Amino acid sequence: MSTKSPSLVMLRRNFKHIARNPTSVFNAVLMPVVLMLMFVYVFGDAFDVGVDYVDYVTPGLMLLAVCYGLGATATAVNSDMTKGIINRFKVMDVSRGAVLTGHVVASVLTNLIAIAALVGVAFLLGFNPAAGLLDWLGVIGVVVLLGFAAGWLTVALGLAAKSPETAGIAAVPLVMLPFFSSAIVPAEKMGPGIRQFAEYQPFTPVIETVRGLLDSAPSSGDAIAAVAWCVGIALVGYLWARSTFTKRA
Amino acid sequence: MTSPAISVSGLRKAYGDKVVLDGIDFEVAAGSVFSLLGPNGAGKTTTVNVLTTLLKADGGTVRVAGHDIATEARAVRAAIGVTGQFAAVDELLSGQENLQLMVDLHRVGSGQGGRVVAELLERFDLVESARKLVSTYSGGMRRKLDLAMTLVGNPRIIFLDEPTTGLDPRSRRTMWEIVRGLVADGVTVFLTTQYLEEADQLADRVAVLDQGRLVAQGTPDDLKRQVPGTHVRLRFATVSELDAAARLFTGSTRDDEALALRVPSDGGTKSLRALLDRLDEHSLGAEEFSVHTPDLDDVFLALTGHATEATR
Ligand SMILES: Nc1ncnc2c1ncn2[C@@H]1O[C@H](COP(=O)(O)OP(=O)(O)OP(=O)(O)O)[C@@H](O)[C@H]1O
Ligand SMILES: [Mg+2]
Repeated sequence: MSTKSPSLVMLRRNFKHIARNPTSVFNAVLMPVVLMLMFVYVFGDAFDVGVDYVDYVTPGLMLLAVCYGLGATATAVNSDMTKGIINRFKVMDVSRGAVLTGHVVASVLTNLIAIAALVGVAFLLGFNPAAGLLDWLGVIGVVVLLGFAAGWLTVALGLAAKSPETAGIAAVPLVMLPFFSSAIVPAEKMGPGIRQFAEYQPFTPVIETVRGLLDSAPSSGDAIAAVAWCVGIALVGYLWARSTFTKRA
Repeated sequence: MTSPAISVSGLRKAYGDKVVLDGIDFEVAAGSVFSLLGPNGAGKTTTVNVLTTLLKADGGTVRVAGHDIATEARAVRAAIGVTGQFAAVDELLSGQENLQLMVDLHRVGSGQGGRVVAELLERFDLVESARKLVSTYSGGMRRKLDLAMTLVGNPRIIFLDEPTTGLDPRSRRTMWEIVRGLVADGVTVFLTTQYLEEADQLADRVAVLDQGRLVAQGTPDDLKRQVPGTHVRLRFATVSELDAAARLFTGSTRDDEALALRVPSDGGTKSLRALLDRLDEHSLGAEEFSVHTPDLDDVFLALTGHATEATR
């Protein structure tokens, strides 16, 4: 117990907060499942993607689930900053990043819960991936990496926002990004302009990597681009978050 | 023990072009209680925030526990405990969980940790509400929990920003007892207050802050010598009665306009009875009788020539 790292202590604090106010997590878990049912049953037949639509859309929705949880993270970080307890942490000899790391890790774990629920429902709908154990580990790796990257960026957005409400809104572009990627329909099917955007934005290589892994045929080009994007985003988010945190007294 | 726990010289801080601290110097001896006295907006919280590394100073040097606050902030943080003006507690946790959080962050061993939490809950009279969420606590309970959290890890220098503002008289006494207990353990206490009485009760040295400058510094007795002491005020119906009474009490000052007489007194029942008996003997009766003890307003009036901001 005496060796508990400050980040772990903060993480436990975040979990207690979530447990006392579970609506946001409930939302983050339920919403992707609802979207999945909607896409598969309502629109599924309208999209010709060459494979079973549920097989096509599940990887995309997994990433959408990651993004969907971010709004709650941004709000939580921001409202934490406006509470007195932060000043106490600041005058204690604990690593200043620990509070933020707690939020990021809580965000990633929420993502994983949401994705587990989503994949469970996908299997009920006939999801039938070719992936073996190693491929699945790869999928989890990519999802966690994206979760960390988006998590740090969201924490930075949450810190920079003036109020919890604006923090929630600041995360909206991140939540929208997967829609303008190959998550729901292949980029080739989109109109010009959007198509170029979809082809070059960070989520497309990430989604294609997950899709490749689930097909047990990963493409190393996508994977490298995905990892590079995630590491870049994580770094920017982390540095931005740290400097904003230090400035906000 | 010879080096001061806190030493401040030429401390300056401005928000934009509003100068809040305009060159402040003081020292706090290790193991003593130092009180910064000042009205609303004097710069007390700003001083605490700078000394506790929450705010950067614009100028001057500050050493806390021998460490420079600008270059050795972490070492300073490791040595201090801070209870700010506004409770720094986690509203979404219970009182016990808040204390446990501090225990975990200070890496108190698990065997000891539980005991530390239980002892603090007991000491601050929070056992009954230990498992309730802090968001349901009253202001006074929050302040108590806040101080309890500060004590986890046994800091050697403690900063208390207006620790008793908003507390009922009983809780205020409890707070005073706790501060005395800390001092008995050799802890250095830096506290801000708006009440002269509080500084008088607790502090070894007092500094009076007004508009960003220290206008006086010394022991509480030094300060009180500079202000009119406790006195009895008698108001009479006629000038002749006032004349008679003024002759009766040497050292008294008269206010002809109000037909009032100010008689120095310690405010104790014995001297008050003597005073009333004296009036009786000479068949004098006052319309009005009141006892005044000097408060911050009197100190301010005497030291700065103007009243405190709050009453201006
Ligand atoms: N963040 C800030 N930005 C601008 N001005 C500020 C800021 N914080 C404080 N001030 C100003 O600095 C002055 C001193 O404030 P401070 O909070 O230190 O006073 P105080 O002595 O603690 O008062 P109180 O008894 O009300 O707590 C005030 O005039 C206040 O308006
Ligand atoms: Mg203040």
